[in-house]
Amino acid sequence: MDAIVLQILNGLDKGSAYALIALGLTLIFGTLGVVNFAHGALFMIGAFCAVTLSRILNWSYTVIDESQTDFLGNPLKVDVPYVHDWFGVQTGDTIIDWAVPLSIIFSIPVMIAIGVIMERGLIKHFYKRPHADQILVTFGLAIVLQEIIKYYYGANPIPTPAPEAFAGSYDFGAMLGFDANTIIYPYWRLVYFAFAAVIIGAVFAFLQFTTFGMVVRAGMADRETVGLLGINIDKRFTIMFGIAAAVAGLAGVMYAPINSPNYHMGMDFLVLSFVVVVVGGMGSLPGAVLAGFLLGILESFASMSIVLEFIPGINQIIIYLVAIIILLTRPRGLMGRKGVMED
Amino acid sequence: MLGLSKKDTSLLIIVCILALFAPFILNPFPEGSAMAQFNAGYPDLMQRLVIFGIFAIGFNILFGLTGYLSFGHAAFLGVGSYAAIWMMKLLTMNVIPAIVVSIIVAGAFSLLVGWISLRRSGIYFSILTLAFAQMSYALAYSVLTPITGGETGLQPKYTDPRIFDRALEQGESARANLFGLQMNSSAELSVGNWLFTFNAGYYLAAIVMIVAFYMSIRIFRSPFGLMLRAVKSNQNRMNYTGMNSKPYTLAAFVISGMYAGLAGGLLVAMDTQVGAERMFWTASGEVVLMTILGGAGTLIGPVLGAGFIKYMENIVSKINKGILEQWFAFLPDGIEDLLITLVYPFIGKGWHLTLGMIFMLVVIFLPGGLVEGGQRVAAMFRRKKSNPETPDGKTTPAE
Repeated sequence: MDAIVLQILNGLDKGSAYALIALGLTLIFGTLGVVNFAHGALFMIGAFCAVTLSRILNWSYTVIDESQTDFLGNPLKVDVPYVHDWFGVQTGDTIIDWAVPLSIIFSIPVMIAIGVIMERGLIKHFYKRPHADQILVTFGLAIVLQEIIKYYYGANPIPTPAPEAFAGSYDFGAMLGFDANTIIYPYWRLVYFAFAAVIIGAVFAFLQFTTFGMVVRAGMADRETVGLLGINIDKRFTIMFGIAAAVAGLAGVMYAPINSPNYHMGMDFLVLSFVVVVVGGMGSLPGAVLAGFLLGILESFASMSIVLEFIPGINQIIIYLVAIIILLTRPRGLMGRKGVMED
Repeated sequence: MLGLSKKDTSLLIIVCILALFAPFILNPFPEGSAMAQFNAGYPDLMQRLVIFGIFAIGFNILFGLTGYLSFGHAAFLGVGSYAAIWMMKLLTMNVIPAIVVSIIVAGAFSLLVGWISLRRSGIYFSILTLAFAQMSYALAYSVLTPITGGETGLQPKYTDPRIFDRALEQGESARANLFGLQMNSSAELSVGNWLFTFNAGYYLAAIVMIVAFYMSIRIFRSPFGLMLRAVKSNQNRMNYTGMNSKPYTLAAFVISGMYAGLAGGLLVAMDTQVGAERMFWTASGEVVLMTILGGAGTLIGPVLGAGFIKYMENIVSKINKGILEQWFAFLPDGIEDLLITLVYPFIGKGWHLTLGMIFMLVVIFLPGGLVEGGQRVAAMFRRKKSNPETPDGKTTPAE
């Protein structure tokens, strides 16, 4: 029993990442009808926003501290971050420590800007072209973005720790009445899950309860009629593209402490996220979220040693296997709408 | 000739000449000169050029004719490679059984994958093929290690049974051969400062490529090829006329899978080793790049694309900062530094950046690839002489 609870918990954080990326992909697909293969790259850029901000916060100048000496007896050179000067040592250290959460604020405008530039500069010209062309051009864009990041940040993963306050793990076992130390779960993954839930909730609330969201939903259902009513639907869809980019970016920012950002993490997640979108049903937002969590949890169940004894290697292929079965038995995916991408 | 129209015959002859005289064509610069680094006339690279040409020709039969975009073709290449290496381990180091079996095994595997994947089309088909390829890759890396060698891959070993070959002597290593002609043996010809290498393995691959190219011409021009084009342009209409498109698309899928298996078998015949990374989805992406870059749906396009990408990969990634400084040395210092800073990210390890850029530009501005580019340039010259009926070189189908 405790093992099952642990696997569900383990599946949640990966599932959250899948769900967030798949949500963005579905938003773009549902609004603009574009299959965006560069979405994984946006996730990766988000993670590198966290890296960038923590580097900016660590910018420092060198002073010679007479009061301390190194092992040769010379005065010690100390790197003093600029934030120490501006906010004092105590607050400065806290700010540096909280670089990853602070990157959320930093990354939102960056990601929205990148998304809008991408849409206006490139993807706009591909609405009328076949889906294969859209896949190919965004695939090329993903390669370019990934290589630019590799050029500036190098090929090695860059460790980006979470704040000190979330460093430890939480003993769930004791809380749920199992033995102590059976279910231990890092705090940051809980934070990630909560964060993902908030973001997903916010996106749904935005679409459901605001006038802007209402117009966007109307545009998704019937773009032409909304346009005929005198509403500039293109502009709103562009903004939605920016929001989808921001969702992917935020997923990346918060994922940085779980998995040190490297330049190909986007591609790794992209393939799986596409599978998630297809399983959830092309164009269905709740489907994308549901499938994201479902596949994340399934994946972690499949990597239990009991399961692996029965079917070795199942943890590597479970997601693809599920996708194949779903696609062949329920062509619209779990919650796909009628008439979306059916051919 | 050979059942081809005049135009196709001349195309085939051009490809023959290019393939057979590649050691000369790819070695235009004398040994030791500053430009010698642009020479591509060494066996390893030439083999790759033609083998990936075969891979792309096969992919083009599926994607170029039917429009089904498979993102998992590397799986067939990988399966073919594994089959070939097992033939070498079990039967003989002769490449013939290895290549034949690799085609058969890849064909059988693609029949299975195609039979399932072709139930859907469009993006779903891409995802299904991608899923199958990723599954094969993951399995080859983990559970199937006894068959695939996992991370270390497979090489012929001293202890392999190899029932048709004589036993190896102590210290002798097994080499791939064609009835005794070793694949890595080369003849060299030295003319002045030029050194040309004629490699046995290359010529085997080149002849296979010419045959593969000939077969692809025949497929393109056959009634079967017309059916495949009908699938691409309007599958609904084809269904309404009472035709079932599934057997045609499945046949195209299996044929292109067999081409991929052939390429995999040839790769093993050249370097006698195989690893699971050959099946990773980026390898599938690469063949898509080659086909699009050259021109999907054209005969010569995939060969050009494969050659272009493999050549550039080898050459561009060899350029380093020192060479750049040499090139721009004649410029004033400030401009030199600026140019070097601008160009540097695109060379050496930045090759993939260059590739991504070229690929994006091609998809955006030249959807027909290099072939369309060539046609446009040709049309520009031709227009000055006479006014052709279709100025953009395209004909719109009657609706």
